[in-house]
Amino acid sequence: MNFDILITGLIIVAQILAVVVPVLISVAFLVYAERKVLALIQLRRGPNIVGPFGILQSFADALKLITKENIIPSGSNKIVFILAPIITMVLSLAGWAVIPFAPGWVISDVNVGIMYLFAVSSLGVYGIIMAGWASNSQYPFLGALRSAAQMVSYEVSIGFVIITVLLCVGSLNLSKIVMAQQTVWFAIPLLPMFIIFFISALAETNRLPFDLPEDESTLVAGFFTEYSSASFVLFFLGEYASMILMSSMTVILFLGGWLPPFDIFPLNVIPGVVWFTLKVMFILFLFIWVRGTFPRYRYDQLMRLGWKVFLPFSLFWVVATSGFLVYFDMLPN
Amino acid sequence: MVLYSLTFYLFSSVAVLSALMVISAKNPVHSVLFLILSFVNASGLFVLLGAEFLAMILVVVYVGAVAVLFLFVVMMLDINFVKLREGFLQYLPFGALLGIVLVIELGILFLTDRSSNIYNNQTPLQPMVNEVENTKMIGQILYTEYFYLFQICGIILLVAMIGSITLTLRDKGGVKRQNIDSQNTVDASTAIEKKKVKIGEGI
Repeated sequence: MNFDILITGLIIVAQILAVVVPVLISVAFLVYAERKVLALIQLRRGPNIVGPFGILQSFADALKLITKENIIPSGSNKIVFILAPIITMVLSLAGWAVIPFAPGWVISDVNVGIMYLFAVSSLGVYGIIMAGWASNSQYPFLGALRSAAQMVSYEVSIGFVIITVLLCVGSLNLSKIVMAQQTVWFAIPLLPMFIIFFISALAETNRLPFDLPEDESTLVAGFFTEYSSASFVLFFLGEYASMILMSSMTVILFLGGWLPPFDIFPLNVIPGVVWFTLKVMFILFLFIWVRGTFPRYRYDQLMRLGWKVFLPFSLFWVVATSGFLVYFDMLPN
Repeated sequence: MVLYSLTFYLFSSVAVLSALMVISAKNPVHSVLFLILSFVNASGLFVLLGAEFLAMILVVVYVGAVAVLFLFVVMMLDINFVKLREGFLQYLPFGALLGIVLVIELGILFLTDRSSNIYNNQTPLQPMVNEVENTKMIGQILYTEYFYLFQICGIILLVAMIGSITLTLRDKGGVKRQNIDSQNTVDASTAIEKKKVKIGEGI
């Protein structure tokens, strides 16, 4: 009996490693890609020294950061100060448990997958608030306050976008959400919601143009001003891992997950995981493109966009979509 | 089965311990953080019961939104620890009374016939495997049998929301607000005025 439990446990651990390790490696390449794309936008070369085309730059940076001294400020609340980056990192990896990469390629195919993702992404704010409070210093605290209000505001519209998709699917299971898009990807009939979701995802992951929690021109480095060495690396990894997680969520909700664009011969031979990766990479490119293009929002403008533009609009779309589905009798059972 | 019991005792003991820490921690921010830990463990217990929808709603609503705002307020308060401890003895009888009432209620619940049946059934630790997802089950009951109660809850929440907005919304004078529409419609004809200035005179 115990032997069975051991085997099951080992399989689960292997599955977790098979997801987490590629995610962490792709974080390294995402950082490289971001620097390279930004450099191209700004007519520079970007990292080009370490390895061919500078492709090993992120690994060199990570090594450098980890070997530095880890400084814990004497005035800080030490336990919470150390816990904050760990929580950020763990939460950004926890969401991957329910992401289906291809048919059946999922660690845990739970019935409430999308709710789980929503819950995990809404918990992400705790790492930031705890870091800002525990640092016991003005700039991190201001960053934490900004991020708390910002993430709570944009979660509301993300919630409504998810409800619209769920109305069209009739299930909270992520695999079923993907399979419901076999005829048409939800990005086409629900295009406005796709755009709102993408912009809210930028705000939820604290990316430019909504990176006010770490706004370097006013707040030094925002909530992680006091962090150094390994704890800084954890924040950094966590932020990029949650960026990839939000991109995967966008792909699953709107771009048909692992499905090929058309179900015709040369396209449907390619394995689903390849399509999934390509789509995630496309969304990540959009994230970086936005960063290279737009200036940062002012805080009141950010709040206005969230509460006065996105919230009424997404609420209207929930009502409109459900009305349409009921009127044309297209509700999934 | 062993695994279920183990996880049950893990979640429940951490939940109870962190609930104890909520009331005994000296720093109020630590109290709120322990409260969050307690919520998360309670949602773990819901998952064990097979009520995954309730578990996720608990995390999204209480941990993801309510506790964030709670933490937000507690962090910004300037707390006087000495004064806090003065209040402890003053509120102790009242708190003890509440605790005793709760314990008696729980005792009555376990001693009556109806609940003892559930208690003896030995099922609560196993997840209930149903054909219908429990999200769907909740929806089917909530929107048919309890439809009016559900609507009344909604109206109460709406009233509370409007009430809190009217209580906090004060129009202080002297605040400059940005009117984005009027700012976007500005062009050269409205923003610039041309004047012919005579040399040596100024405007």
